[in-house]
Amino acid sequence: MTNLPTRRDEAWRYADLDALARLWPLPAAEQIVVAEGDTLSRVLVQDTGGVQQINLILERGAQALFYVLNCGGDYGRVDLSVTLKQGAHFSLQAAQIGGDSQTLEIVTTVTHAEPDATSRQIVRSVLAGQATGTYLGKVAVAKGAQHTDSEQSVKAMLLDRSATANAKPELEIYADDVTCAHGCAIGELDAMAMFYLQCRGLTPADAKTLLLQAFIAEVFEGAEDGDRLQALALIKLGDLV
Amino acid sequence: MLSITNLHATVADKPILKGLSLSINAGEIHAIMGPNGAGKSTLGYTLAGRPGYEVTDGCVTFLGQDLLSLAPHERAAAGLFLGFQYPVEIPGVSNVQFLRESLNAQRKLRGHDPLSGADFLKLARAQADAMGMDMDMLKRPVNVGFSGGEKKRNEMVQMGIIDPKLAILDETDSGLDIDALRVVGDGINRIMRKPDKAVLLITHYQRLLDYVQPDFVHVLAGGRIVRSGGPELALELEREGYKDLAA
Repeated sequence: MTNLPTRRDEAWRYADLDALARLWPLPAAEQIVVAEGDTLSRVLVQDTGGVQQINLILERGAQALFYVLNCGGDYGRVDLSVTLKQGAHFSLQAAQIGGDSQTLEIVTTVTHAEPDATSRQIVRSVLAGQATGTYLGKVAVAKGAQHTDSEQSVKAMLLDRSATANAKPELEIYADDVTCAHGCAIGELDAMAMFYLQCRGLTPADAKTLLLQAFIAEVFEGAEDGDRLQALALIKLGDLV
Repeated sequence: MLSITNLHATVADKPILKGLSLSINAGEIHAIMGPNGAGKSTLGYTLAGRPGYEVTDGCVTFLGQDLLSLAPHERAAAGLFLGFQYPVEIPGVSNVQFLRESLNAQRKLRGHDPLSGADFLKLARAQADAMGMDMDMLKRPVNVGFSGGEKKRNEMVQMGIIDPKLAILDETDSGLDIDALRVVGDGINRIMRKPDKAVLLITHYQRLLDYVQPDFVHVLAGGRIVRSGGPELALELEREGYKDLAA
């Protein structure tokens, strides 16, 4: 893409276009190929703002495990375009944590090009103030990519009524023997749980932090430096409550 | 210890408590009984400070403090414990982490040092053992996948760890089989029957009172205490029902 996108471009519909204009032109997307049978584990911490684009190709039986914490800058976008060959596996476990007027986006296109590949995406967003958090996730299953197994689980927690969450899991399927699941929920902290925790002595801020920590906990499960990510996320959550 | 004077409270603008007065001294166990909709649970929630439970008149003094001016966590730190009728499930938060943070938050407000991890686990293990709950359950997320009886046991384990001055137990007996009822009853006696503590038992039935003998029994109807007496009042209610009192 050479021209600055507009709101008409579906993939940029919720973007912070002013911030994008300042970043334009974007650096070229990073190209990653995971060779047949190999495993790649990658941690992305986006804490300064900016647009990060990655094109990822998984050869037969390859695996890629991505752990993403998208939390910094006025505008932070992580854009992953993934192509899965036969029997490959891609997993994305991502948290977006934003406040003030931050715009945070995770955009994925996962193409199951060949049979027997699996993909798992878990995205949890915690949004306060005027922040906007967006997940656009397209799963495309090519003709002949039988036994594709894909899941998208997208949840957002709004701490203030002025925050916005956009979630668009999308399926495009040209094969007839596939399992593709997606779930999406946007909500607020459970008032009864908040009261219960406070009845046992937790301050409102500590009760909130504990519930939010639990909300994003599964995102960093299995990450090599999961504890560091969890700690970073906790600092950011602490700023919001 | 607790003095409630002319308490009026509304929920969603609907008056529920209409001039309730009650006094509880240290060393006493009080039971509140009454028909459905009388305001029993509302009393518990109002005393604990649940949002949406609006006090419109009256005052409540707890250990010399104006209870109603305190936030829920401050009421807890002051020594008030509400045992929930329906303990809340909190996925992703382990019992142990939740209780340790809660206890230490209370200690902090009281100006005490936090309990170390080891000391806390020792305390938690002792309380869980006493309630016949194994430590694995204590490490699981708060109340998630617990049966009704396990949730109530868990409330008692929490009460044992937190060691409050006043426990308000909202239908802690509901959903319990006979054995669990005895375990929970024994727990209440063991933790709370002490000269410097008090209990307010909210219940529908006499059966919990077979295990936890109350000093006073009150009937709550129409948002007020309409009758008070000794343990014999509970037996009379069991025999004759509330119909003559609810008017």
